[in-house]
Amino acid sequence: MSGYEAVIGLEVHVELATATKMFCSCPNEFGAPPNTNICPVCLGLPGALPVTNAAAVELAIRFGTAVGSTIGRAIFHRKNYFYPDMPKDFQISQYDEPICVAGAVVVPALDEAGPTTVRLVRAHLEEDTGKSVHVGGTGRIHDADHTLVDYNRSGVPLLEIVTEPDIRSAEQARAFVNELRAILALLGVSDVKMEEGSLRVDANISVRPAGSTTFGTKVEVKNMNSVRSVAHALEFERARQIELVTAGGAVEQETRHWDEADARTHGMRSKEEAMDYRYFPEPDLVPIAPDREWVERIRAAAPAQLPAERAAAIAAAAGLPANLAAAVAYTPGLADWVDAEVGAGADVTQAYVWASQEVLAHLNETGKTWVDVAPPPGTFVELGELVGDATLSKKLAREVLADVLVSRRRPRDIVAERGLEQISDDAELAAIVAEVVAANPDTVERYRAGNEKVAGFLVGQVMKSTAGKANPGVVQALVRSALEP
Amino acid sequence: MPATARGIASAVRSGDVSAVDVVAAALRRVEAGDAAIGSFLRTYADTALERAGRVDAAVAEGRDPGPLAGVPVGLKDVLTTEGIETTCGSRILEGWQPPYDATVVQRLRDAGAVDVGKTNCDEFAMGSSNENSAYRPVANPHDRSRVPGGSSGGSAAAVAAGFVPVALGSDTGGSIRQPASLCGTVGMKPTYGRVSRYGLVAFASSLDQIGPFALDVADAALVYDVIAGHDPMDATSIPHPVEPVTGGLDRGLDGLTLGVVEELSSGAGFEAEVLDRFRAALAEAERAGARVVDVSLPSTAYALSAYYLIAPAECSSNLARFDGVRYGLRVGADDVEAMNRATRAAGFGPEVKRRVMLGTYALSAGYYDAYYGQAQRVRTLVIDDFAAAYERADVLVSPTSPTVAFALGERTQDPIAMYLSDVCTIPSNLAGHPAISIWCGDGAAGLPVGLHLMAPALAEPLLFQAAAGFEAVLGTKAAAV
Amino acid sequence: MRITREDVVHVARLARLDLDDDELETFTGQLGDILDHAARVEALDTSGVEPTAHPVPLANVLRPDERGRCLDRDGVLAQAPEAENGYFRVPRIMDAGS
Ligand SMILES: [Mg+2]
Ligand SMILES: [Zn+2]
Repeated sequence: MSGYEAVIGLEVHVELATATKMFCSCPNEFGAPPNTNICPVCLGLPGALPVTNAAAVELAIRFGTAVGSTIGRAIFHRKNYFYPDMPKDFQISQYDEPICVAGAVVVPALDEAGPTTVRLVRAHLEEDTGKSVHVGGTGRIHDADHTLVDYNRSGVPLLEIVTEPDIRSAEQARAFVNELRAILALLGVSDVKMEEGSLRVDANISVRPAGSTTFGTKVEVKNMNSVRSVAHALEFERARQIELVTAGGAVEQETRHWDEADARTHGMRSKEEAMDYRYFPEPDLVPIAPDREWVERIRAAAPAQLPAERAAAIAAAAGLPANLAAAVAYTPGLADWVDAEVGAGADVTQAYVWASQEVLAHLNETGKTWVDVAPPPGTFVELGELVGDATLSKKLAREVLADVLVSRRRPRDIVAERGLEQISDDAELAAIVAEVVAANPDTVERYRAGNEKVAGFLVGQVMKSTAGKANPGVVQALVRSALEP
Repeated sequence: MPATARGIASAVRSGDVSAVDVVAAALRRVEAGDAAIGSFLRTYADTALERAGRVDAAVAEGRDPGPLAGVPVGLKDVLTTEGIETTCGSRILEGWQPPYDATVVQRLRDAGAVDVGKTNCDEFAMGSSNENSAYRPVANPHDRSRVPGGSSGGSAAAVAAGFVPVALGSDTGGSIRQPASLCGTVGMKPTYGRVSRYGLVAFASSLDQIGPFALDVADAALVYDVIAGHDPMDATSIPHPVEPVTGGLDRGLDGLTLGVVEELSSGAGFEAEVLDRFRAALAEAERAGARVVDVSLPSTAYALSAYYLIAPAECSSNLARFDGVRYGLRVGADDVEAMNRATRAAGFGPEVKRRVMLGTYALSAGYYDAYYGQAQRVRTLVIDDFAAAYERADVLVSPTSPTVAFALGERTQDPIAMYLSDVCTIPSNLAGHPAISIWCGDGAAGLPVGLHLMAPALAEPLLFQAAAGFEAVLGTKAAAV
Repeated sequence: MRITREDVVHVARLARLDLDDDELETFTGQLGDILDHAARVEALDTSGVEPTAHPVPLANVLRPDERGRCLDRDGVLAQAPEAENGYFRVPRIMDAGS
């Protein structure tokens, strides 16, 4: 089977992070009770008319300028087909004149193979459909008893990003989706929550003998609801197709659904006739003709670097390993915040170490986003000062930072309240050292017999009895002098 | 009690007449006379009288009740009215109560007008005789054996019968002007984008426009000034400020150049009496100081064909939403697709089905370029033709309809003959230009003939000036009842 | 290439219209006549002519991203042929759509 390679192109539907829907003023929000975020426009009532949301257009342009697309005149078309979750029985989309044409996403190296450039065909604006709930039977579509429809999602703005077939493996597809998510999140274009459907991936996949330049028959794979399932589904489909072809069979052009439960793709009931969408220009909307000034204004307001470029810059500036730098750069909002702290006087290395360790550990444990926990500006500056004047040990500083991320209080207030100041006072520490030495005569004897390593145990005992607040350098010196005969 | 809208408004504003009395009288006229005409699908007396009472209260309290204070209005049933059944003349929407008002309805009410009912029309505004209403045909008030024209036949008949002084219609290919012509009223289609389409149930979105019916030009002008203007709810609404037309009605025809459109005023389909009245009107205009020249719009030979590709294509998409899921009729079935098909089969009449089929075919794979795409290019040629003609003339003129009102049932089996009714009116819709039909006398059987005036985009002040100038020499036709 | 009965059957399926035999017969004839008439536009030389989709040349008509009022759900569902638990209810879906 190793003589074959997969050829994969992706279509990614991204829900845009606007306050309202694509063509009406209903809230664009997830999780509201069914059919509460609806109006005549997004319910497709007779007589209602769409009006384009400026913010959705600007987010599309922001994405396009970041990935090197050409931004040009765009026309909305109607894509006509009947489906109960689509209230007008046509979808307003873009067809032969999309808002973003071409561009590319560079996926950083997975291994020594080097980065992969995935070219984009286009990215276009369209409206989302409502949601169907299938009731009765097993809850799956075909054997359901009936279906319930909720139009809250109807009309939510989508950016559909279409790639060239530049991806060669399931693993590359996974890496591309991760990279794209990071870009979209960094740009503030979408919240990219796959579990809430904010980012949905469909794939076209075919196989061919390695080295061939022609394409095999492609299969469309749908219903991949997580980055993991993208990788699993495409790996399954690649293997299925290679097995078919090597056994002398042929791949059938069809749409297949990924089923997470049995980890297979399944062909859908074949349609009696191919879809005929009867596209024509949406007469209720006029063209979008972005002038250069508008596009430049949007570009200027967006972050200047994509996450991969940002990671490289952080690694260089902070002397951080590439993986830690990337972890910070791919966390929306975090690197901007850290850079502001550095600008206000925080040490760049120290700041990025805190960000890549305490902060990311906290986000991982709690499942929160940086935007949820971001503490007041100046937090790292203050923490740096507390370490600098020996008020806090580095270890205590980490503890204070953990507290800040939960409580959002200032480090100095936490230190004062919890009495965490480091004890550096010689007399106070000397008394504690004397107590520890007196309580551990065996250890003292071993030291004096030549085992100098046991001094560490005594230092530890002092730290323990001061709840870690003792200045470790001072304690070390005091212990040594107490042990010398 | 005054009969014109401006007479009523002025009497109500001065407190001489109460809006409640005016509206009650209109409702009584409908009650007494409409069984024989069928112009209204429904009236809503309680709501209307309550609204009239508020107009009277405003007058009593010294507040401005608006330029249409107390004027009873009929609304074509393709305009949404909150809480009031809106059917578009179709079974598929029977019983539907929209949750919102069309922008024009809101504007009329804000101006003090009182809508009293929803007028009959061809189903989804598709037709030229009003015989495609799912509920009942409308009779021409001047000869009840004949059609009132369509698709806004109910609005035209309601005004021609004297039930209400003004009414609103919609015009996609002539659906205001042709029935106005056949009923002897004034009917006007504004520049595309000048009046908001929000709340107008769409037939062909790039052609539809709402406009007024009245017994004379001044009343139509008064209503136009109220309904015209930008609406942020309609992305095709023109943002430029509206130049009111009511102030310029008495400027006359003197000094205007009228271009007689050769292709729209000659040929086999034109009845002799129509051409006679048309030529007589031109002679009157010349006596009143107008200059008459011949102009040509050569592409209009293709306009009707282009229209019968564009309008059905857009309608096939606009009417897809009537699928039995969210509102209106549902015919039950085992699965959703069968339910959609059965619902649409039962809910739509033959003309709607014919156009949905035609439009679906014209847009389907392989045909788009030859049909829809080509029709859109013809549209460009029509616009270019108009531009050239307006180099030579201020206003273009033709008959509104090649024929006077024809007999009920005469053309129902021959769609193409029916479509030819709109040959003079369609070019203005393709170009998006304003146009108006006024009465220019009766034919031999006492049936009205309409004069059609066309003007460039946004030239409504000029259009109304010319129409009023003609009316000054031609007179108006009195209401039938 | 006149429209055939098979074409009409296909188009009726696309348009979600159940047509009986009589209707199929009538529409095949009538659509053929109308299309013959309409097909005159095909003959016209329009090379170099731009299509007009909108009679009024506007562009960039955009709405600020500000929330407005939504409809009352009970009122909307009261107009629906069938509703259940705050949802619109429809018969089962045989075709998984697109
Ligand atoms: Mg799409
Ligand atoms: Zn909405």
